[in-house]
Amino acid sequence: MPKDFLQGARDHYDCIVIGSGLAGLTAANTLARTGQSVLLLEQHYKLGGMATWFKRPGGHIFDISLHGFPVGMIKSCRRYWTQEIADSIVQLKNIRFDNPMFSLTTTFNREDFTRLLVEKFQVSAERVQAFFDTARGMNFYDDQSTTAGELFERFFPGREDIIRLLMEPITYANGSTLEDPAISYGIVFSNFMSKGVFTFEGGTDRLIHLMHEELLRSGVDVRIKCDVQRILVNRGRVAGVQVNGRTIGARAVISNANLKSTVLKMIGPEHFDRSFLDEAEAVRLNNSSCQVYMALRPGEMLDESLGDLLFSSTAPLFRTDLLLSRDVTSRTYSFYYPRTRPGSDRCLVVSSTNARYEDWAGLSDEAYEDSKRDLVESTLEALGRYIPDIRQKLDHAEASTPRTFRHYTRHLQGASFGTKFEGLAVSRALPEQIAGLYHAGSVGIIMSGWLGAMNYGVIVANDVDSWLMKSNRQTPLATAT
Amino acid sequence: MSPPEIKEAILDILESIAPDEDVTNVKDDVPLREQLELDSMDFLDIVMELRKRYRVQIPEDDYVQLATINSTVEYLAPLMKDLQKA
Ligand SMILES: Cc1cc2nc3c(=O)[nH]c(=O)nc-3n(C[C@H](O)[C@H](O)[C@H](O)COP(=O)(O)OP(=O)(O)OC[C@H]3O[C@@H](n4cnc5c(N)ncnc54)[C@H](O)[C@@H]3O)c2cc1C
Repeated sequence: MPKDFLQGARDHYDCIVIGSGLAGLTAANTLARTGQSVLLLEQHYKLGGMATWFKRPGGHIFDISLHGFPVGMIKSCRRYWTQEIADSIVQLKNIRFDNPMFSLTTTFNREDFTRLLVEKFQVSAERVQAFFDTARGMNFYDDQSTTAGELFERFFPGREDIIRLLMEPITYANGSTLEDPAISYGIVFSNFMSKGVFTFEGGTDRLIHLMHEELLRSGVDVRIKCDVQRILVNRGRVAGVQVNGRTIGARAVISNANLKSTVLKMIGPEHFDRSFLDEAEAVRLNNSSCQVYMALRPGEMLDESLGDLLFSSTAPLFRTDLLLSRDVTSRTYSFYYPRTRPGSDRCLVVSSTNARYEDWAGLSDEAYEDSKRDLVESTLEALGRYIPDIRQKLDHAEASTPRTFRHYTRHLQGASFGTKFEGLAVSRALPEQIAGLYHAGSVGIIMSGWLGAMNYGVIVANDVDSWLMKSNRQTPLATAT
Repeated sequence: MSPPEIKEAILDILESIAPDEDVTNVKDDVPLREQLELDSMDFLDIVMELRKRYRVQIPEDDYVQLATINSTVEYLAPLMKDLQKA
């Protein structure tokens, strides 16, 4: 008999959370701490969603999405997780750019960007300050018609090199383009590019392990290998979920799965207004990624002057559409030294590029394997520019593609960064369509990335807690028991 | 709870939210944002703590009432008057 991953699970919870990405994990923990009973269901055998890692023979551990996050993670981890987790967050101080327009190293904070823009790019300090203040001052209520491209044109007319410096990292971090609203750029920029880039000491495996322990302490019922088939709705109210052949009831459900698959597949169009459905269908997904993972032989060291994060490109100009092309000219390298996992003797490199699902989806198995081999080869080739003897030092290399991301996270088209801007409004409007049903996960660029996903989990947990308290008062049955 | 007790309760929550700041010197009539480094997540945390500790519900439209200590106490007084001090 197959193992029953729901053994001992109750028939009813206050809230069921579908998916254990950082938004789902944080929502589950926050709600359980307020005293609600919470069931967390994850289809994969590991928690974490895209905050994940994998191991290979020889003791290599690769992180998938641990390139860097903003300083705000420290506060959020302390508040919504534990002091121990917050204390493991450390700064990455060497962020490099290398492209035909400029080569430089920065600590990636406001002071250093100001210094570079004034000294290297010859912009006046007043202009730089005005740009930073404008980006920082942007919020949700601002007009959404101005694009990021227009914002740059206003402050740095004709300066493609400056656009590249200020935009390339954000494009890599969340797939946004010059055509996206300036406000989503502004909000991400002021979070991300004003106080440095940070990482988690001990790696993603340690983070997720610590989170798992904390979830159990908070009383969350955590279940892996539980693929939710349907979210059940009864007279406009959420009733529970169908999972692994069982029906489990809940007064509230939070889906951390992809927004579009939540609405269109797990619930089904018949439960929504036509206009809401139109909006949900029109939500654009963000692009996906390709990565190449390279592990050096035990004890082989990399020179730390390579930096922690390197935005490298051979394209003469910065064009967001070029970044998605399979004819790769731009790569972001994360260099991991033994200090990433204190006590280890390993150096690793992960190369990431943005990619389109369509370019990989249709390939035959054979063509797919060939393309992956090509990707590894061309990446080693490109990396040779920075580490000439990379092939001699190498112990293991392999690639992932949009198909890999799609397989492991069930995101439509393997989307790495959730949805475009319009996804946020659809995500927020879900409970107006079906009482007790919520979505928390990467949407709208602002709410994506490790920090965005975590904070969105908290925002939604607050809504759910509030709603559970209200609906408790309204149902006499619940108060009688 | 009386207004002074409510004020004490708020300061207690602020202290847990901003452990690095000295909340005893916070002025009652100056916006909290100008005295402490608070962002929108911090205000959300205040709302969550009030619900957890005292079961008071603050709708999103009313978050603006939490601008200063005085305005917060004034807003919460009718909602918390029947509660016993925790
Ligand atoms: C290659 C790459 C690099 C990245 N680098 C960074 C970085 O350096 N810094 C940063 O801040 N961010 C980075 N990100 C983005 C960041 O990882 C994500 O934004 C964030 O982890 C997303 O969290 P989430 O909560 O939205 O959900 P996800 O991580 O997408 O998790 C959703 C979860 O739901 C589960 N699920 C889906 N359907 C079901 C179902 N029916 N039943 C049960 N479970 C289900 C999935 O298995 C998954 O575990 C990167 C992303 C990628 C792909």
